[in-house]
Amino acid sequence: MTESENGDSLVELHTVSKRFGATQALDSVSLDIRRGEVHAFVGENGAGKSTLGKVIAGIYSADHGDIVVDGVPIDRWNPGLAQRRGIAMIAQELALVPDLTVAENVYLGAEHSTFGMLSRGLIDRFDALDSDVGFGLDGHAKVRDLRIADQQKVEILRSLARNARVIVMDEPTSSLTAQEMSQLEELMRQLAERGCSIVYVSHFLDSVLRVADTVTVMRDGRRIETTPSESVTKQELVTSMLGREMDQAYPIRSASPTSDSAPLLSVANLKTNTGVVDMSFNVRPGEIVGMLGLVGSGRTECLRAVFGLDDVVSGTVGFDGREWTGRSPRDSIAAGLVFVSEDRHKDGLVLERSVRENIALSSLGARAASGFVSQKREKDVTLHHARALEMRPLNTELPASWFSGGNQQKALLAKALAAEPKLIILDEPTRGVDVGAKRTIYELISRLAEEGIGVLLISSEHEEVIELAHRAYLVSDGRTIDQIVPAESTVEDVLFRLFHVSSGEESAA
Amino acid sequence: MTKEAVDTSVTTVRARAKLSVKDIAIEYAVLILLGAVLIVLAILSPSFFTFANIVNILNQNASLVIIAAAGTFVIVSGNFDLSTGAIYSVAGVVSAWLAVTLGSVWIALLAAPVVGLGLGAFNGIIVTRLKVHSFLATLASSMIFTTTAVLITGGSLITVTTPGFTILGRSRIGGIFIAVFVLVLVVAIFWVVLSRSVFGRHVYAVGGNRNAAELSGIRVNRVLVYVMTLSGLAAGVAAAIGVSRISSGQPLAGAGLELSAIAAVILGGTSIYGGVGAVWRSVSGVFLIALIGNGFDLMNLNPQLKDMVTGFIILAAVGLAAAGRTRR
Repeated sequence: MTESENGDSLVELHTVSKRFGATQALDSVSLDIRRGEVHAFVGENGAGKSTLGKVIAGIYSADHGDIVVDGVPIDRWNPGLAQRRGIAMIAQELALVPDLTVAENVYLGAEHSTFGMLSRGLIDRFDALDSDVGFGLDGHAKVRDLRIADQQKVEILRSLARNARVIVMDEPTSSLTAQEMSQLEELMRQLAERGCSIVYVSHFLDSVLRVADTVTVMRDGRRIETTPSESVTKQELVTSMLGREMDQAYPIRSASPTSDSAPLLSVANLKTNTGVVDMSFNVRPGEIVGMLGLVGSGRTECLRAVFGLDDVVSGTVGFDGREWTGRSPRDSIAAGLVFVSEDRHKDGLVLERSVRENIALSSLGARAASGFVSQKREKDVTLHHARALEMRPLNTELPASWFSGGNQQKALLAKALAAEPKLIILDEPTRGVDVGAKRTIYELISRLAEEGIGVLLISSEHEEVIELAHRAYLVSDGRTIDQIVPAESTVEDVLFRLFHVSSGEESAA
Repeated sequence: MTKEAVDTSVTTVRARAKLSVKDIAIEYAVLILLGAVLIVLAILSPSFFTFANIVNILNQNASLVIIAAAGTFVIVSGNFDLSTGAIYSVAGVVSAWLAVTLGSVWIALLAAPVVGLGLGAFNGIIVTRLKVHSFLATLASSMIFTTTAVLITGGSLITVTTPGFTILGRSRIGGIFIAVFVLVLVVAIFWVVLSRSVFGRHVYAVGGNRNAAELSGIRVNRVLVYVMTLSGLAAGVAAAIGVSRISSGQPLAGAGLELSAIAAVILGGTSIYGGVGAVWRSVSGVFLIALIGNGFDLMNLNPQLKDMVTGFIILAAVGLAAAGRTRR
């Protein structure tokens, strides 16, 4: 079985297959991960790229096929064994213990000890490791208190602490700002130069082409091609991923509503104790308004306060002609103001329950005047929305946890739409979502605006806001600092201005 | 290097938030309450701060403290053990039966922890192998254990007259009950293991995020078996003290102990959701409840109100902690 005399291969997969229920997630995939290469897996959601990464890291076991590490076939494989063989995984849904400190998380499962007692010097070891990569994290901080981007760094440190030779990164950049993303890319290159192999599972084709040595394209559980990244273009990758030509990434921007129509939402001098200092903005019916800012600028926090999730300290919120300061989320939803959160697992979906129940969750009251839920109507309404969003599989009785990230995101959007909103707040609506699903979501956003619904859009992919929004606000340090017309602007301009303000330096873009 | 300067300004590394007085008060609520009760009792009753009274309080609560200290592991790991009372009963009954049958004090008293260990391991295996939630698993096993205790005694008491059997419960060294020494030793070991050992760290990890623990290569099931076994072992040690003190095996001796222990753990500030907690908290929780009871005795208050007052204090403490925890 080991015809692999190629001493360069760290991990080899031979005809690996994996099935989940009715879905053939991996179909006879063979692949080599060579020493010191950055090997990217790309493909649409559900193409199997993530599953492939998890098989390598021992999180899933293959139904058929062989895994060969260092030329030796593996018979038992789990995360613990994989780690002992130097293969670590950074999962898309971060797996950290919130109540332990950063340093404790980094060395979790790999504690230094004498006779079972923890050794001292944890912080010193952590600081040495941290300064080695230059993250500047505080080892004493509780992971619970970190932003997602920083939690990701903890995960990266964790695999480095185990002297990993292969690090599988599943969508590591989906919650990072552009700046953090290039920082991570640089780190990947550094690691590769030290002889560490990186498996980079990503939707960001630009990033993949910048950083990867080798690109493997997955589609429908099969490996379509593996090529050196310098010999392939983004367009070729997209075509290969979709199995067809992709016309255009973004739909045509709908006409901007007339500027004299009364605003649907108007916020003035909003201040909260969650980091919003002074924000003023408005949204008109049928208008897509973007919020452009860096992670931690207060974009999300301000919209949480508008929706009623966080307290308003001062300032006013008006919605649909009414004073709307300090309302509850329940009031907001009833009045047609809905919020689609950025963390679909934590805040968005009840994963164990069916997609139907999830979609109906926030509109349940309206559909159940008697106090009982009409199953028939619920089914019809939810199926209607699921179909409109092209959910796959189109079975709303399956639990949400069965669906891929992109389809879970669609379920979340369907839930918002089922509440028949007048204004919809979308916080990172395409995080961790593949090209095809993104396009569906973009079309949905445009269609909502055409139907007269106001849309407030936050995205760390500034391009999305620039391409979709009619108007956008620049947000920095809890303040709205300016308003721009995206059609007349570029991502570079925006980044330049945001960094110029927040750091006082001009070298950023 | 300019690039790096920009990077760090963008990265939102949160410095450790400064603890306000309010935070500290919530964090150490159980100690503050305990201190307050101590002061009140010392002022109201001259007989409170006497050597005899203090030693008595320690001695009377030895069993509960030991069970609650081990219960901390269970609750921090995100589980419950509702069978400690039943294990206490079985272990005590077996111990008494062995004392009567064999006449050997040592075998009899050592049997209790061994029985506890076995039954705890049984719980652990049910929880991990059959994948039954510990709440249900131990609820069911407690019924099985209690019935076993009843069957062993035939429904009556086993009175032990073997000389020396009361050594653990009634003998003293230097005026201090041996049970108190056992209590101190067990608590010290549990404290160090939970806060300083690799195993302890893994218990926190399993309770805090089981998935993360698994992905970190921690053998989660093994940790859970150990935790449940430890809880059973502690109930067995507690039973040895208890049966020695009353020198009779009673099939319902441990009834309700499991809930008192859980109440003390939670009162101490250990999170019922797992991942957060400490042994000292549970010990403080036991003594807070005990001192309230002691105060009722010393001041001749209506003992029937004791549980009600305890109930309100638990609600107040847990409510306060929850209010303090409201973050976004």
